Amino acid sequence: MSQVDVNGLPALQPLNDGGDPGRTIGQRLLNVLPWAALESIAITLLGILVSMVLFGVFVLLAGHSPFEVYELMYKGAFGTSFAWGNTLTRAAPLLLTGLCTALPARLGMVIIGGEGALVMGGLSAAAVATAVSGASPAVTISCMFLAGSLVGGLWIAAAGALKQFRGVNETICSLLLIYIAVAILNHMVDKGPMWDPSSLNNPSSHFIGDANRIGKLPGIDVHWGLVIGIVACLICWVLMDRTTLGFAASIVGGNARAAKMAGLSIASITLIVSFLAGAAAGIAGVTEVAAVHGRANANLAVGYGYTGILVAFLARHNPLAIIPVAVLIGGISAGGGRLQKSLMMPDATALVFQGILFLVVLVFETLYGRLKFLQRREAKS
Amino acid sequence: MTEDSLGLWSVPLAMVAGAIRVSTPFIFVSLGETLTERSGRINLGLEGTLVMGAMAGYAISYQTSVALGAPGGLAMAVSPWIGVIAAGLAGAVFGILHAWLCSKPRVNDVAVGIALMLFGAGLAFYLGKPYIKPTAPRLQAIPFGFWSDNTKVQNALEVNALFLVGCVLAPFILWGLRNTRYGMILRTVGESADAARAMGYSVNGVRMIATAAGGFLAGIGGSFLSLYYPGSWNEGLSSGQGLMAVALVIFARWNPMKCLYASLLFGAAGAIAPALQSVGVHSGRYLFTAAPYVFTLVIMIFTSSSSRTMAGIPAELTAAR
Repeated sequence: MSQVDVNGLPALQPLNDGGDPGRTIGQRLLNVLPWAALESIAITLLGILVSMVLFGVFVLLAGHSPFEVYELMYKGAFGTSFAWGNTLTRAAPLLLTGLCTALPARLGMVIIGGEGALVMGGLSAAAVATAVSGASPAVTISCMFLAGSLVGGLWIAAAGALKQFRGVNETICSLLLIYIAVAILNHMVDKGPMWDPSSLNNPSSHFIGDANRIGKLPGIDVHWGLVIGIVACLICWVLMDRTTLGFAASIVGGNARAAKMAGLSIASITLIVSFLAGAAAGIAGVTEVAAVHGRANANLAVGYGYTGILVAFLARHNPLAIIPVAVLIGGISAGGGRLQKSLMMPDATALVFQGILFLVVLVFETLYGRLKFLQRREAKS
Repeated sequence: MTEDSLGLWSVPLAMVAGAIRVSTPFIFVSLGETLTERSGRINLGLEGTLVMGAMAGYAISYQTSVALGAPGGLAMAVSPWIGVIAAGLAGAVFGILHAWLCSKPRVNDVAVGIALMLFGAGLAFYLGKPYIKPTAPRLQAIPFGFWSDNTKVQNALEVNALFLVGCVLAPFILWGLRNTRYGMILRTVGESADAARAMGYSVNGVRMIATAAGGFLAGIGGSFLSLYYPGSWNEGLSSGQGLMAVALVIFARWNPMKCLYASLLFGAAGAIAPALQSVGVHSGRYLFTAAPYVFTLVIMIFTSSSSRTMAGIPAELTAAR
């Protein structure tokens, strides 16, 4: 049984052409290429291709033409500017919930409770918006983001702390916290302290006010959450790949005993990283409240947290790779909506596709080091 | 009818009833996961298996009742049990899938479990879409409360046969693990894969059987949800019970009898919210719904330790962490 490869894309191979005599220019060029990164990308693409074939068979068994299904999905995801807007709107929270699983994975922790942090982040943002009503929009929005990231961060940091200090299984713990978060959400907005009595059919908190909503990006039907998500991924990539914290996290994930010998505080690294992870998911909740719904209600818990797990694993826990993967998965769910409308297929069709994709990509881990044409030529000599 | 004659006593009574009524899925999933983890592998996908079992059981029960010509007495009696078997088989298929994927080098069992959790739920929602409306024949309860005149006591002591099966299965599995050759092979694989290999046993083969058996039991646990309590198929049916059962195995220290006791405890915790509602406590009902999750979490906090290895944990599980 191997550990999850938590290091994302393997490190680029050092430039080692060193003017070695007896090598042609072509061979030297081959050495310059980042083979490990290429292997990772190739295996992921191969996995996507194989899962498309498997899903095609599934669709065929369900009595539809795979080609028609894929054409419709493509049109529904990337065919028009409206479709792009739909895809990117779904991708925005996935960027952040993907980080919630990807960052702790660097430490060897499998956190799958992003949905809970998202719900708590959104709920606290709505609470703050009500509490500071009357303040200027700039203040209100800042407070919402602050509260959302703080509460979401503490939510996952709690799982990290329990893992660190009590040895509680963080996977199960973070998942249990989802159900607790959803119960708190329902308690607050359904005839509870935050209930807006005018929300009859769909119990919700009070509307945050039009001035406090974050708007759409110019030129496309996507809210600013997309930019926030992309920036968060970039920041996390820098943090994890270019700073001492990220380096320390990798050491802790690789060998906790070595990290202790090197004088690293495992506890504080665990807490910081799990806090950042939860903060990312919490911000996803804030953007859902501030940009999409305008209030906190059951619509917060529609599964972005769960899909974020898939995004993180597909991206091999690399914050940069999360960006294209989130767009792809956002596209699959947008395309799934199109299937539902055009072919009357169940709305769970996209979930089946995502499940197949998840399984295939995990199993393709086994191909690492086995694809001969992707091994560095130099290794043979 | 003596509706209020029990007064506040109806709360503990409802919790006993809840323990009997709600615990069955916990019993089956946790016994199955005990077998799987004793072989040295974790299957977190049992949540998906549970949902899949619930869907398959309900769908097959409905289909066979239609085929047998409902509403005959025969169909009502036989169809649900065919559904239960079908649910078990669906679960076993998921178990085999998990075991097969994990037998590949570099493939992580926790990650595959998470993937199967999402895939199982997605597939069950897809295939189960046509079965949300129709009514399938359910499992019948055995009335053990016949001696009492009180309807509440009678209701509380309506026991499903699957619950009794679970109660018998737990000591049977314990006996099997301790006293049979197969139990010994399973424990050897879970304690030291190398030793098992040296003795000539196929580690992957044993794990395959253990995971398939775990999936079979989890599938049956799922069929209880759709065929008895709450007794219909819908997408919010499970809400984490498969996962709580996995946490419960840790609490029960991988011991089948303790799994049974812990399941009863979890069942009682799950019955708090409906029990309080039945006596008119409605405020904070959502928070009481969260009671089983908080309860599970608290138990995990108190039974885990960062410094010591847990007593009873199969050694291969520790090695995997």
